[in-house]
Amino acid sequence: MTVHRVQGSEVEYGISVQGQPHANPMVASTHVVNSYASAHGLTRRARWDFEEESPLRDARGFDLSREVADPSQLTDEDLGLANIILTNGARLYVDHAHPEYSSPEVTTPRDVVRWEKAGEHVMLRGAELAAQIPGNQPIVLYKNNIDNKGASYGSHENYLVRRDVPFESIVAQLTPFFVSRQIFCGAGRVGQQQDGSVHAFQVSQRADYMEVGVGLETTLKRPIINTRDEPHADPRQWRRLHVIIGDANLSEVAILLKHGTTSIVLAMLEDGFLPPAPPLARPVEALHDVSHDPTCTVLVELEDGTTTTAIALQRHYLDAARRYVVEHGSDPETDEVLERWQSVLDRLERDPMECARELDWVAKLSLLESYRSRDGLDWDHAKLHLVDLQYHDVRPEKGLFHSLLRRGRIERLVPDDAVLAAVHEPPRDTRAYFRGMCLTRFSTDIAAASWDSVIFDLPGYESLQRVPTMDPLRGTAEHVGHLFEDSATATDLFRTITQR
Amino acid sequence: MAEQQHRSRGRSSEETEQVATPEVDSDRKEKLDDDVDAILDDIDDVLEENAEEFVRSFVQKGGQ
Repeated sequence: MTVHRVQGSEVEYGISVQGQPHANPMVASTHVVNSYASAHGLTRRARWDFEEESPLRDARGFDLSREVADPSQLTDEDLGLANIILTNGARLYVDHAHPEYSSPEVTTPRDVVRWEKAGEHVMLRGAELAAQIPGNQPIVLYKNNIDNKGASYGSHENYLVRRDVPFESIVAQLTPFFVSRQIFCGAGRVGQQQDGSVHAFQVSQRADYMEVGVGLETTLKRPIINTRDEPHADPRQWRRLHVIIGDANLSEVAILLKHGTTSIVLAMLEDGFLPPAPPLARPVEALHDVSHDPTCTVLVELEDGTTTTAIALQRHYLDAARRYVVEHGSDPETDEVLERWQSVLDRLERDPMECARELDWVAKLSLLESYRSRDGLDWDHAKLHLVDLQYHDVRPEKGLFHSLLRRGRIERLVPDDAVLAAVHEPPRDTRAYFRGMCLTRFSTDIAAASWDSVIFDLPGYESLQRVPTMDPLRGTAEHVGHLFEDSATATDLFRTITQR
Repeated sequence: MAEQQHRSRGRSSEETEQVATPEVDSDRKEKLDDDVDAILDDIDDVLEENAEEFVRSFVQKGGQ
């Protein structure tokens, strides 16, 4: 195994209504989702099918009872908020008080970049369309994770991982990895502590919101390792590793590295290849310390009393990965991730500013430092907080990431036309192809869908017909492409699949 | 602290180079400065007005 793995990403966007700071964010988010659905022929608004969802299932083997769960943990109860499936196989919905785009399942980190970037276009379009509703003010969306006043919202990664990997070794082997990987996938933040009360820069948006080592929660007492265990696949074979520690990245290289390095580490873990990672004495404290140090030199304590740096911890995993591909073979995508991983670590060690073209936090810090030196600003200055926030504005004419991109200051990986195609087209090599094509071809006949099902509402059938899609690698273009070519109607398609 | 270290390191290598090829290096530095200035000018144009009010009114509800 290499970087190839079934994976995907979910991003909750920050939302504000111009001129109305007290506007209800659930209403605004609902307008974004529904406006997008209406304008794209998804008028039936195929709903999300919750049958296989179990957000209270814990990877450690028990179910949290609903009575003791915080209401914000109950994500599977349909609150009547907008929740639709797109033709590219993604899910677009309102999660708590934020619009969220969950990418379709893909098999490579590059495809995560492509379909996550497509999500930015979906969000931008949804906001533009919502502003056209009479009486609505413009809605602005931010691909970030914090309001710098205490609230945080997530950008999660999902990886399909073999069930036979003991969860204890996932915890032991991934904790030092997650604590240290922020040096290349942090999005940067002006302000430290959850409420931003300490005026200083830090590498990560999310780090200060992680409070425990391991846990099921995602909305409070957030853990470095999340134990939510809904595989959306055969649970005897697979678990889904739900990673909540990451920042929302705008940089394509940062997204590639985040998913690419994590995929390789998981492959080594599954193959029993990864040498034991040095256990940290206090992981949560180390996570915060690493984030608070833009020089990437801070020392964190290990269990044996010695100290190390985030870069050295990352090299533990990179060195193992180098040996791993020699023994197990590689491919161009994996080689790309390894080259970039090494290059970024080398340059972070020399001078982090050398990574300003690739990493969000460095690009942002470089911009902030330019402002500080030109205008003589301290870290508590509102203008620096505004630069931080506006870096994440999804509008090309207002977002500062986009300004840097236009000036050629940021490296791109995926051409615009590929990203724009991914706004509408599903990946061809996972079940997202079947889901997306059903929506593309027969949206009026689809009552609901989810990661592991498509539910048809067909003329002549009294009840809804559910087609399970439990295997993420079935329902690909190769498997079912010809069925769509041969089926004039949804009923034809359904009959061919079910032989009824 | 490291910022200062980086800056002073940059300055000393600049000085060394300046001895060897003064014109080329000052040209390059000027161009870099121009570039940074141009970016900040660009961004000044798009930054929201009244930074303090804008930042203060960005209040979000927590999510996952």
